[in-house]
Amino acid sequence: MCLAIPGKILDIQDMLATVEIGGVTRKISLMLLPESQVGQFVLVHAGFAIQAIDEEEVRKTLDLFKELEQYADHDQ
Amino acid sequence: MSCERIQMAHGNGGKLSHDLVKNIMWPAFANDILGVMHDGAQLNINGARLAFSTDSYVVKPLFFPGGDIGKLAVCGTVNDVAMNGAVPLYLSAGFVLEEGFPIDSLKRIVASMQHAAAEAGVYIVTGDTKVVEKGAVDGIFINTAGIGQIMDGTRIAGQNARPGQDIILNGYLGEHALAVMSERHGLEFPQTVVSDCAPLNGLVAELLFVVPQIAVLRDPTRGGLATTLNEIASQSQVGIMLDETSIPVSTAVQAACDILGFDPLYLANEGKMIVFVDKEYTTEVLRIMQNHIYGREARVIGEVVAKPLAQVGLRTGIGGVRLLDMLIGDQLPRIC
Amino acid sequence: MLIMTNDQVKAAADFFTQEIIRLAGEQPLRLMEVCGTHTVAIFKAGIRQLLPKTVELVSGPGCPVCVTPNEYLDTAIAYSKNQEVILVTFGDMLKVPGSTSSLAAQKAEGADIRIIYSPMESLEIARANPDKKVIFLAVGFETTAPLAAATVLMAEKAGVKNFYVLSAHKLVPPVLRVLLMAKDTRVDGFLLPGHVSVMIGMKPYEFISDEFNTPAVIAGFEPLDILQSIYMLVKQIQAGTPKLENQYRRIALSAGNEVACQTLYKVYEEADAQWRGLGNLAGSGLAIREKYRGFDARSNIPVTVEVTKEHAGCRCGQVLRGTMLPTACPLFGITCRPEHPVGSCMVSGEGTCGAWYKYGAGRWQG
Repeated sequence: MCLAIPGKILDIQDMLATVEIGGVTRKISLMLLPESQVGQFVLVHAGFAIQAIDEEEVRKTLDLFKELEQYADHDQ
Repeated sequence: MSCERIQMAHGNGGKLSHDLVKNIMWPAFANDILGVMHDGAQLNINGARLAFSTDSYVVKPLFFPGGDIGKLAVCGTVNDVAMNGAVPLYLSAGFVLEEGFPIDSLKRIVASMQHAAAEAGVYIVTGDTKVVEKGAVDGIFINTAGIGQIMDGTRIAGQNARPGQDIILNGYLGEHALAVMSERHGLEFPQTVVSDCAPLNGLVAELLFVVPQIAVLRDPTRGGLATTLNEIASQSQVGIMLDETSIPVSTAVQAACDILGFDPLYLANEGKMIVFVDKEYTTEVLRIMQNHIYGREARVIGEVVAKPLAQVGLRTGIGGVRLLDMLIGDQLPRIC
Repeated sequence: MLIMTNDQVKAAADFFTQEIIRLAGEQPLRLMEVCGTHTVAIFKAGIRQLLPKTVELVSGPGCPVCVTPNEYLDTAIAYSKNQEVILVTFGDMLKVPGSTSSLAAQKAEGADIRIIYSPMESLEIARANPDKKVIFLAVGFETTAPLAAATVLMAEKAGVKNFYVLSAHKLVPPVLRVLLMAKDTRVDGFLLPGHVSVMIGMKPYEFISDEFNTPAVIAGFEPLDILQSIYMLVKQIQAGTPKLENQYRRIALSAGNEVACQTLYKVYEEADAQWRGLGNLAGSGLAIREKYRGFDARSNIPVTVEVTKEHAGCRCGQVLRGTMLPTACPLFGITCRPEHPVGSCMVSGEGTCGAWYKYGAGRWQG
């Protein structure tokens, strides 16, 4: 029930946004995320934007994952 | 539930396609040559070793980024013949045209076929044209059959995979499937997504000239890389272990797959080939491929292992292992 | 968006794997993931290969395809035989078996059944075919239901009169409650569906730790997300402090998406729902409100549905509750295979049994 991926809003017209995902663009409805802005990253599910993605939180997750390198035991 | 009628999935190159051939065609036509079940038959006619293959082309849309049904019809059969370790020489071309089909489109397609044939160095020497009433076919269907001479000293067969061999792929996956799909599903692809449709016989000839010891060659068309490798693993009764991080998939193809819920390992390719060869020859094979226009991105993507028999595994980016089965049903857009 | 090098991913994975092995120790643990997408993601990442044999991952009733009862499929199939109807569905539903047929089989017989990626496409089809009745098969949990609701509102606004919805939407928290209350359930921790939480937030899951003392982690879908979530669960179990945690913080906010929930409950209301293998569960589904009944297929388009039959040996119910592994079902791999599924758990790679079949039992026997 959960296939959803992040994309970037390139432009908005009425409640329809052009969203770019890895170079591929698609028209996405903003009915469930009406406060969206151009330039924002949003999570897209079946043609609708369902949540704004906080880039700061993404960076925190990324940093956490990257830091784990120092704790991993690498003698295999 | 058993099938009484043909479903679309019977044509996608995966398990249902295989079952159809196995349960209906094979028992009816049964002979040793067909039994080998390679893409194409290897024949011995009075000492001359020949390869013979046929394919029908029904792709929609007819014209797509990077090619059209004509280019596909020539390259597809040229490649099937080449994958037997053969130099393709002559093609036949049968056309079934729908009443009302634009002559201009036919001219474009035929020009495309000639262009591809010229690049491949093959001649279309015989053919047939039929016209059927409006609605009986969708525009145009093309069948091509090809014949070629198997190169001396080569023995290419799906049964020849052995532990100790590397598995090499010549480039990016899923490009053709996505290029053909670009008009459906309301997705707009960047200019970079272009069908990889190409004649690979030149590259195959160069490879076999220097490394006739190559054991298996195959082009991962319908059903994708995963299906093709399953066929080989099964025919050779070996295991295959792939390395996920080595398998090249472009960002755009991966994005489209993520959006729709497709898996790039199961998407059709029309300009890709897999090479199985003893590890001692890998460096040489890579050198030849990377110096060729259709092999620039060639790399080792996995190896043949002794067990488990007839299974294909994928070592994932996190170090786990995923079992790769052959394609069963059609890939359909999912939400789940 | 998590751009990392292969080495970085591997290193992070190594850390989580080592910690899971260390913390789990000898204790046999059973963790349940409740989402068809997690089932597939776990297999695709090859996660079971990395876990100690004592940590068992089972799939719960979170695959909307798997929990759809035969009756719904039979109704959809009956509608597809109506010449005035265009049936519009997500790809997931095409091969699901009903009592005697499937949508794929009906399509092969000539029924007008179209696959869509977004519910919005059904409005385009409705507009393009004004003399037909377009019925959208609205399945899915809280991630997808608000989209169906939004589409109904769009249809209302645009004055589209030939668009209908055949609803089978279900809710996750109620079925988890039923699972936790059942005597034969033995689950030591839950991996909760991250995208359902994007819609409903954290609150609806609090009862899992508050009332049932069971650890739960809202999990994302990247391989590292899942590994980290398993690590967090095992850590909780080891510490003996069950709580609800959110691993998917970067996308699932604790308050969820309020606009989506408002949209959902404008069009739908909670109702009892039939779950394959679990029976009728109170308040576990969604039904269209009176005000929007004009869009409800069942209320507006008459249909005769064949008497529903469930296959005698089908064990989908037990598989969905996590009390039986797919491989323990007597039909698995023999009568019930992806090419001819008996129950919806086996439909291609999206159902629990289908995923087990396609990906092996999850461990490479090399």
